[in-house]
Amino acid sequence: MSNAPSPAALAAVVAEPLEKGTSLWHDAWLRLRKNRLAVFGMWALGIIAVACLLGPFVSPYGYEDQNLDLGAVGPSGKHWLGTDTLGRDLLVRLLYGGRVSIAVGLSATLVALTIGVVYGAVAGFFGGKRDAFMMRTVDIMYSLPFPIFVILLMVFFGRNIILLFVAIGAVEWLTMARIVRSQVMAVKKMEFIEAARSLGFGRRRIIFRHILPNILGPIIVYTTLTIPAVMLLEAFLSFLGLGVQPPMSSWGVLIKDGAEKMEEFWWLLVFPGTIFSLTLFSLNFLGDGLRDALDVRSSKD
Amino acid sequence: MFRFITTRFFQSLLALFVVISATFFMVRFVPGGPFTAEKAVTPEILRNLEAHYGLDKPLWRQYLDYLGSLMRGDLGPSFKYPNRTVNEIIGDKLPVSAELGLLSLGIALVGGITLGTLAAIKRNTWADYLASGFGMIGISVPTFVVGPLFVLAFAIHLGWFNASGWYTSADRVLPALVLGIAYAAPISRLTRGGMLEVLHQDFIRTARAKGASEARVVLRHALRGGLLPVVSYLGPAVAGILTGSFVIETIFQIPGIGREFVTSAFNRDYTLVLGTVILYAVLIMALNLVVDIVQAWLNPKVQLEA
Repeated sequence: MSNAPSPAALAAVVAEPLEKGTSLWHDAWLRLRKNRLAVFGMWALGIIAVACLLGPFVSPYGYEDQNLDLGAVGPSGKHWLGTDTLGRDLLVRLLYGGRVSIAVGLSATLVALTIGVVYGAVAGFFGGKRDAFMMRTVDIMYSLPFPIFVILLMVFFGRNIILLFVAIGAVEWLTMARIVRSQVMAVKKMEFIEAARSLGFGRRRIIFRHILPNILGPIIVYTTLTIPAVMLLEAFLSFLGLGVQPPMSSWGVLIKDGAEKMEEFWWLLVFPGTIFSLTLFSLNFLGDGLRDALDVRSSKD
Repeated sequence: MFRFITTRFFQSLLALFVVISATFFMVRFVPGGPFTAEKAVTPEILRNLEAHYGLDKPLWRQYLDYLGSLMRGDLGPSFKYPNRTVNEIIGDKLPVSAELGLLSLGIALVGGITLGTLAAIKRNTWADYLASGFGMIGISVPTFVVGPLFVLAFAIHLGWFNASGWYTSADRVLPALVLGIAYAAPISRLTRGGMLEVLHQDFIRTARAKGASEARVVLRHALRGGLLPVVSYLGPAVAGILTGSFVIETIFQIPGIGREFVTSAFNRDYTLVLGTVILYAVLIMALNLVVDIVQAWLNPKVQLEA
């Protein structure tokens, strides 16, 4: 038993090279962790999301439970954020509304993401006349008054929540398409794509298996920044009475209600406004932090 | 340059045509019509009404008629306001929105550029943090939260202004401030970013070396390049500002074009909807063109490509 290394020391030796060779993602994570505002954003978002998901189960009040004798009272020990004019607990309504707002934000972003990535990737990969035509179309669509079309859609075709996803998603994909296109054009000239081609892989495989994974950074960054834009659009429509309809609720709906009753019952406006702003704030910080961490240049074309 | 402008002009014309056609047919395939809401209209009256507005003709005929009158600059009669044309209604409402817009734009530009420049010059000092914080808050807190909060604070509690309306010059303050802040925030961020990039460049060092004062360096040399990102943002932003924000006009009950548009959509006032959409589209396209030209003027490296 002279100098046989202990198992722990052996493990340390083996582990050492792992620590040295950090991957791109690990690097980015370390950089992101140093950004205090981004970390704050992550924590805030995590807490808000968990609260919205689990809070309603824990609360003694249902979101439609009325207490007309009580009416609207300010924050108290029984109702932490007060109640609305029908005596409904504001905290529970806020958490339920959060579910809808977040769900709309994520689903519409998914729609925008899918359209934008596929469109941009195809345009960038094939190039030439097809690319010119596709990007000219995007340019033209950029110059259209889109919020107006969303308003028209919502007014005309009932205020259907599925339509809301699609309408918002259809508006927000343009920038994603431009970013993906420019990234694809840069990556497709690299040697490993040449290699994939010479191995006889099909175009679809090359685009989705070889190119897209390499441009995930910008896609993630821009997705993070699209979510707040989408949530803002949803709340804006709900504020005009065109978005989510009662009895369903969203943060936009609650803000609208609060704004109508703020003269007597300030908490109905202040709490929904604060939580909504805090969420957008956190998402924006996180997106900015990711952009710095992944070192993505804001590219416009 | 000339070629660039003409190509872009025809491109915009094509886009405009697409917008008009898409809106025209979308409006028509929607359930409900301009006269369905009216109580108990007998079939004969309905037929007369439709004949009066040409709604009894086949759709393609109506479409051609509309395009024809559009060529003459006539946006047609309103279906909901009897005896009023869309041109008159827009002529009434647009100046209100434009006044609000110009005031807000002034606030946004002066406030945003000043804050952004300060933040860039005093990078990583409290002035920078303050300005950057303002930018982030301004982006994240939407106008429909700021607006009611300002009304609550300045109109209801302090009693300095009226809560809504558009009569005296004091009524302009709150809406213009809210809308101005909303646009000042992104402008300050863009200015800061643009200025930081420019201030590192060699020609700034040269200017300093030649003994130019700090004010001259910033105002004469740096701003020109530093404002490039702001200029490209301004195209769509100005169109949005000038035509009024739907939300601000709703909160403060301002009789502008934004509120009119939402109402007209609810009323199925086909021609008024179309007229407003065309107005927005033309404004956005014109401003985008102006932005491209200004950008080329600010930065000779930008190539104008059609």
